This record gives sequence, structure tokens and C-alpha cells, in this order.
Amino acid sequence: MDISILAFLAQDGLTTGAIYALVALALVLVFSVTRTILVCQGDFVTYSALTLATLQLGLMPGTLWLLLGCSLAACTLDSIAALRRGQSRRVPGLLARYLGLPTVLWVVLDTFELAGLPAVLQILLTLALVTPLGPLLYRLVYQRVAETSVLLLLIVSVAVHITLVGISLLMFGAEGVRTDALAEAVFMLGELPVGLQSLLVIASALLLIGLLYAFFGHSLYGKALRATALNRKGAQLVGIPTQLAGKAAFGLAALIGAISGVLIGPLTTLYYDSGFLISLKGFVAAIFGGLASYPIAAASAFFVGVLESFANFGASAYKEVIVFTLVIPVLLWLSLKHPHLEEQH
Amino acid sequence: MSRLLDVRNLTISHGKVEAVRQLNLSLEEGQIVSLIGPNGAGKTTLMAALIGLLPAQGQVSYAGQPLLAHHDVAQRIDKGMALVPESRELFGLMSVEDNLRLGAFSRHRRGFRDHQKTLDEVFGLFPRMYERRSQPACTLSGGERQMLAIGRALMAKPRLLMLDEPSLGLAPRVIGEIFTIFETLRQSGVSILLVEQNARAALKISDYGYVLEVGEIVLEGSAQALANNPQVAEIYLGRPPTRAAMEVTSATGT
Repeated sequence: MDISILAFLAQDGLTTGAIYALVALALVLVFSVTRTILVCQGDFVTYSALTLATLQLGLMPGTLWLLLGCSLAACTLDSIAALRRGQSRRVPGLLARYLGLPTVLWVVLDTFELAGLPAVLQILLTLALVTPLGPLLYRLVYQRVAETSVLLLLIVSVAVHITLVGISLLMFGAEGVRTDALAEAVFMLGELPVGLQSLLVIASALLLIGLLYAFFGHSLYGKALRATALNRKGAQLVGIPTQLAGKAAFGLAALIGAISGVLIGPLTTLYYDSGFLISLKGFVAAIFGGLASYPIAAASAFFVGVLESFANFGASAYKEVIVFTLVIPVLLWLSLKHPHLEEQH
Repeated sequence: MSRLLDVRNLTISHGKVEAVRQLNLSLEEGQIVSLIGPNGAGKTTLMAALIGLLPAQGQVSYAGQPLLAHHDVAQRIDKGMALVPESRELFGLMSVEDNLRLGAFSRHRRGFRDHQKTLDEVFGLFPRMYERRSQPACTLSGGERQMLAIGRALMAKPRLLMLDEPSLGLAPRVIGEIFTIFETLRQSGVSILLVEQNARAALKISDYGYVLEVGEIVLEGSAQALANNPQVAEIYLGRPPTRAAMEVTSATGT
């Protein structure tokens, strides 16, 4: 293996590692706030990439109908709850809040020649279609079981993931797609060709990580999410509604997933069911950080990406095995370090 | 003086065990009202139900409006209620200042952007919190934690401050400090519902008092009358709990 192959593999690994890092951060965020392992985080990634690809083909993405359906269901549930309490005046507000965005998106998607739109608008439309699915999933599925055990939440998550994969097949079909590259240019760094797209992915991921860091460290809403993760009862007592925290965590996770999908779309061929492996790789990285540490999770994700890339080159038949085998020593080490982790829950 | 809190026929159950039965209690605006009684009497349970952490049957009205089952904790805090629980429930890994700023979350969410001023007031009340503002909350001593918990509740500018065992585990000098602050707060218009095992200290600063035993009010009256009541002295001195009280304690864990 010469230096150029080494550098190429490292570049490839860091690029996928950046995506895994975003997935891992979203997993840690959702787990620490809601104790839910968000198996469907990878599905947000594929939904986003496939939605963008559909837009680039000039077709109406099925994501719109899913968004409309979920919004209608959530709106109905909340309206019924409001009517039961005799608060009929709240219903128009609920209608506007839930159905406003999907209606606007519907009108926009119906009016414009989608394939001809500038790439930036196509990406913004994709983010607007996928991100609201996060809070809606929380409202429709998780809110009712929010106080149950971690195991039950995990089982619910698996069910949600399987459902989303099925819907994905229905909406996008079984064809694999790649979205148009955001940046085609390749330049030479000494002997090594560097793809601008790869750089863009890594830079965006780092920028997003920085933004998340600023959000959690400096804004009151970010601190409120952290506070909910640290002490649920304390958070309730300062007036942070647990449901709002859950919805916000799911919304952020979906946004991170949607951005990841936009970034990775041009680099890998994604299928309707590619989300699961992406989730798992991010999960491995999140486990390294004990599902609690953002920096360790992000750093491990880059490591997982690079390892995968080298494994792919050296022993491609075993590339998944090598990555997933890593979990065993890490879990052993974590369980030796925190022998009573179970009791804390 | 208007009635701030009015509780009628309140029953709170933990499963099949009724921790509080048919309880009546009221508090006038600007008063300090004490609730005293032995361990397991249901005081903590009552506080948890009033702030919306536990479901309860019965009527509760606050500031002339009924509090209903669907008013969750956040809504009650928006209405100006605040609870400092016995377990403090601080955000241990966050700094003292962040803990305090989060106390203003409910006001911030409703568009009030004056928490810097409230923060300065709280720092004025607890100068030690200002000295420790960048330390993580988990490094504070017991007394400082209690000050932080009270300060955090004050950041919401409450109309009704409910305090559960604020003197628990504190040195006598610190207790004196904290009770002086309660009197200062009352002068600034905050009404206080105070749960205490330290009955003598509590009644000294209170206007009115209730004695709670095994989920029922057994005695009430002006704080002075209660302080001079021999029965209260008996409870305060800690006679052995009745069998029923012990059963409730073991069943509810309160």
C-alpha cells in the first residue's frame, strides 16, 4: 500500500466518518433527552437523499404525502384533546401550526418546475419536507410511551424504523439513487486528488458540530435541552415542558439527518433501506461515548469511518464484521468502568 | 387580602394507598403558611400534587381560577407557582449561573427578557451564589445547594413559592439565614407555603399553620396559637409514629 492509496482511503474514511459523526451526535442527543435509541436516524438520511433525488428528477416526492398524513393525524389528536378540555378556541391555532407548512410546501411543489429550480432551493425544500417528520414522530408515537422503560422505547423505535423503511419503498421504489454533486471540482493536493464534494461534506459536518456546540453551550433553549437530559424532574420544575424537549430533540435529530442526507447523497448510492446500516455505524460511535459524550461520539465516528474505509480495501468481505466487532471490547470496557450502570436508570 | 390558594377535599393516591385524604387548606396572598407534621404524613405528596407532578382528586383554585388536571407542571409554573423540592433537583453538571438562568426558562419562553435583572436580585439575596457562579452545582455544600434551589425558583418570579423541608440537613446558622430570606421575600410580596419538620422555626415566621398527620389535617390555627399548643410540641419533639403512619411510609416511600 503506497502513500497515495493510504491518503485516498483516509480521505474517503473521513468523509463517511463525518456523516457517521452527525448520526452519532443525533443519537446521543435524542437518547440523553428522551432515553430513546433512535433507530430511524439513518432513515432521515435516506429520506432526505431520496427526496432530493426525486426533486432533481422533477417529480413530486412522496415525502410530501407522508408529511401531510402525519401532520393531519397529529393535528386531529391534539384537536380532540383540546375539545375534550373545552378549549375549542385553540383548534384554529392547531390547524395553522400543523397544516400551515405542509400546505405551503404542497403549493410550492405543485407550482414550480422542480427539476429547473436552483440546487439551493431544492435542498431547502428537502430539509423542509424531512425535518418536521422528527417532531411529528415524537408526537404520534413516542409521547404516549415517554415514561416507559428504555427497552420498550427501543422496541418501539425498531417498529418505527421498519415502518419507515416500508413507506420508503412505497414512496421511492427499489431503485438506488445518487443526487447531483454539489461541487464537481477535483483538485490536486501534491500527488493526491481531493474531491471538493468530500471537503464540503467534512467542512459542513464540522460546521454543524460547531453550531450544535454553540446552541447547547450558549442559548437558553440549548441549555434547557441539556438540563432535561441531566435532571428531568428539575427541568419540569423550571417550566421546561417535557414534551417540548422531546419534540425539540427529535426535530434537531431529523434536521441533522436531513442535512447528512443532502451531504452524502452525491457520494454513495442510497437505497430505500440504506438507513439502517448508517444508523448502526453511528450507533457504534455513540456507544464508544457511552451514549452520553458528544465529543467522544463524534471522534469515534471519524475513527469508524476511516476503519471502514481501510477494511473495505484490505478485507472487503469483512468490512462490516470488523466495524461491529469493535463494539464488544468497548462494551466490556464500559461495563468494567461503570459496573452499576443498570441501577442508575 | 385575597385568597391565593384554596384547596378543597383533595385526595391523592399512590396506587391503592391514599396518601392524602379530603384535605382542605388555604393561603392568603402575602402570607407564609406552614405545614408541619411527622415523616410520611403526606406533606411532600401534597406539594408534588399542587405543582402538577402527581394526579389528585378534589378542587384546587389558584388566584381565583380553578387548577385542572390538564394543567401540567409547566403551565402551573407559567401561572406563578414554584416548588423547591426536598431533593433540590439541581442540574449538577451545569454551572450555578446556568442553573439560575434556567430558572427563568418559563418567563423567557413567554417573551419576558428581563432575567438579567432578576439574576442580579437573586445574587443580591445570596451573595455566595455570585461568588460560586461559575462552579458546577454538584460541587456546592448542602446549604449552598438549598440557596441555589431557592434562587432558581425565584428566577421565575413566583407569586406562590412552595418549599419542601428547606432546613433539612443544614447547619443551624444556615437555617437562620434562609428563614430570614423567607421573611424578606414575603415583604416583597411572595406568598410562601412552607413544609417543615423544624416546626418551631417555621411557625416563628408564619402567619398560619396546619398540622398534617397520616394524610389528614389534624390541627390548624394562627401560627402563634399552634406554637403554644401542647399537642404541637408533642409532634415537634418527635413521638414515635403510629402504626398506620409507618404503613403509609413503607408503601409510598415518601
